[in-house]
Amino acid sequence: MDLLPLFQWLEATAIGTLVRESLWMFPVIQCGHLLALAMLGGSVLVVDLRLLGLGLRDQPIESLGSKVHPWLVGSLAAIVATGLPMFLSEALKCYYSPPFWYKMTLLAAAAVFALTVRKRVLAGPCAPLWRGLTAVTSMALWFGVGFSGRWIAFY
Amino acid sequence: MAPFIQWLEGTAGSIAIRESILLYPVIETTHVLTLCLFLGMIAMLDLRLLGIGLRGVPVSEVAGRLLPWALSGFVIMAISGALLFYSGPVRASNNIFFKVKMAMILLTGVNALSFHFTIYRRVADWDRDPTPPLRARAAGFFSLVLWCGVVICGRLQAYNWFDQARG
Repeated sequence: MDLLPLFQWLEATAIGTLVRESLWMFPVIQCGHLLALAMLGGSVLVVDLRLLGLGLRDQPIESLGSKVHPWLVGSLAAIVATGLPMFLSEALKCYYSPPFWYKMTLLAAAAVFALTVRKRVLAGPCAPLWRGLTAVTSMALWFGVGFSGRWIAFY
Repeated sequence: MAPFIQWLEGTAGSIAIRESILLYPVIETTHVLTLCLFLGMIAMLDLRLLGIGLRGVPVSEVAGRLLPWALSGFVIMAISGALLFYSGPVRASNNIFFKVKMAMILLTGVNALSFHFTIYRRVADWDRDPTPPLRARAAGFFSLVLWCGVVICGRLQAYNWFDQARG
């Protein structure tokens, strides 16, 4: 499937053009993206650490998971909302950037994992080994998203 | 100070990071991603202090269990940040965002210390309050605002808007 025409069209959208032609919009959106990253990372970490028996380990997993859930969803929404206009402003660069494709693949994997396996592990009783494996997988996937995201700027 | 900065810029280590294809991106990525560990954990505590996050969890538990993680994150950020500074000390020390960032970090320290040595000493009185007293909420608010400012300045430091005037 040739996605190049799609990316050319995305680059030419009104939002893409607006952000690309502005001197300050991209940096400002980037700041929002980074703040959302801190919150998203914190929301993921605090629960994954708990699954490993670390951090807030006196809290029941299920209630901690549901307390943190709104922050996870909110920061995910913020990070997508800020990521999208940045992507549109340089869609063609992204098309030719290997880290971008790694990031999108890992993002899909991380989101699916969070909504399926991790969600179930958080919801009910589960052997410590599975909890630990879930936490490590979750952290590895999200770390991969962040890492490859940063590298879009380099390659 | 200026001769020292000049000297630092010319040291072999500084040049090595600046010119390395891998070293600079790796240090930079470490610095950015550690935000999740450092600011993520700080934000959890700040939101608890503000009474809008982790409401059912005692404040002393959030602080006691999460601050060690935040502190280890801070150490990684400080080391990677120092290396980033070391890779281009002349430009950084002339950069307005860098100066504001350092000032804000100092203020977060003042805020954290004044919180720990005043209202937090009596945390037993309000540990389980869903909404902590005003002093504690204020500390959480200033911490959150200042750290957001630090991140923003850090990001904008990379842009050369104000560098050109020196060209």
